Amino acid sequence: MTEAPEVPLHMRRDAFSPVAELREIRETEGVRTVTNAFGMQVHLITRHEDIKNVLSDHERFSNGRPPGFVLPGAPEVSEEELASSRAGNLLGLDPPEHSRLRRMLTPEFTIRRMKRLEPRIAEIVDMQLDAMEIAGPPADLVDNFALPIPSLVICELLGVPYDDRQDFQKRSARQLDLSLPIPERLELQRQGRVYMTSLVQRARQRPGEDILGMLIREHGDELTDDELIGVASLLLLAGHETTSNMLGLGTLALLRHPEQLAAVRDDPDAVGPAVEELLRWLSIVQTAIPRITTTDVEIAGVKIPAGKLVFASLPSGNRDPDFIDSPELLDIRRGAAGHLGFGHGVHHCLGAPLARMEMRIAFPALLRRFPNLALAEAFGDVQFRSFHFIYGLKSLEVSW
Amino acid sequence: MKVEADRDVCIQAGNCVMAADAVFDQDDDGIVVVLVDDIPDDEMDHVREAVKLCPSQALRIVD
Repeated sequence: MTEAPEVPLHMRRDAFSPVAELREIRETEGVRTVTNAFGMQVHLITRHEDIKNVLSDHERFSNGRPPGFVLPGAPEVSEEELASSRAGNLLGLDPPEHSRLRRMLTPEFTIRRMKRLEPRIAEIVDMQLDAMEIAGPPADLVDNFALPIPSLVICELLGVPYDDRQDFQKRSARQLDLSLPIPERLELQRQGRVYMTSLVQRARQRPGEDILGMLIREHGDELTDDELIGVASLLLLAGHETTSNMLGLGTLALLRHPEQLAAVRDDPDAVGPAVEELLRWLSIVQTAIPRITTTDVEIAGVKIPAGKLVFASLPSGNRDPDFIDSPELLDIRRGAAGHLGFGHGVHHCLGAPLARMEMRIAFPALLRRFPNLALAEAFGDVQFRSFHFIYGLKSLEVSW
Repeated sequence: MKVEADRDVCIQAGNCVMAADAVFDQDDDGIVVVLVDDIPDDEMDHVREAVKLCPSQALRIVD
């Protein structure tokens, strides 16, 4: 039996908060060499301003990977297979290739577009609340509320049959579980692409009224199947692992701050700023997608040679007192504009308007349906999910 | 004072519309559109906020 690897420093938390050592790095040298989940030495960036600089400088800090770059333990594959498995993954591309794909997708995620979706999202939220009411109390909020809402929404938007959810929900969660061996995660990624291949082939023949259909109708001859599969796989993964964790962890955060919970429940004007503050304070994405330096650089006075991995700690940047006063406090009234919860630079979350809309509908709807919502387990027993690219909860037992 | 938007640099995050919807909009592709010639006085703070929030630094205030 092999011993479980230690959770890397930049992913460790005490409940909601990054551990004190991360703050200590931010307050001292700002940049430190740490060991990532795969045992590689990486440069961890911790200050708000430095993170913004790194993420907005795609020329010196690349999302692409130089030829010959392999993760430790990854099986050898041909260049051709590698290119095929990376095609369409916006998070692995730099401009101008990145901009080309992003521009095809953005019409689907404008604020106006999201407003048109609002009634349907509200319907989905109500449906899940009905189901939760029947299931409990007590009930697991993650299974009944936090996961199914974004899952249903992204499936409808993208054109993925929700009936297949058992497979892709499990696959999505495990694909970003950094405690799993790399070969296992690559295999999950491969299975995801096989599944998506069948959907892309079907949509090529009969494009529907969804994102996959739109991409094929409007850009079908400029996109390879590999690219379509890559784009759709990324959207499916991102649609599952982000908002669901915000909904679960955010509900727990509000339950621990009853006055702020009451404001989100009772005051419609409080909801928008509350969502921004929860995004900041919870910072569920543990680091931005690792960047590779394309040249020798200097951050916070620390020299980093070309070809090194740079990890930007979003939770640390979002709790930097140079960015915001009393950063350790959750204060839903302040709104926290300028937080790094959605990243920064050209890779700023494409789905941000969707995520915001889902949260703005779901939090108050939950709290109004169950005005006496309470934890049905001891806070100390709540299972946080730390060793994962996205921080979250494994489950959350609630009563009402 | 005016605000200039570089539509080639815009990544369609929509943060500017959130910060100042009287001054910015998105076209059908999500790309920023500036709605006013001169920034109204009472929108100045919102516009400054939008410039700060823009993830791709596509916005610039000019005299």
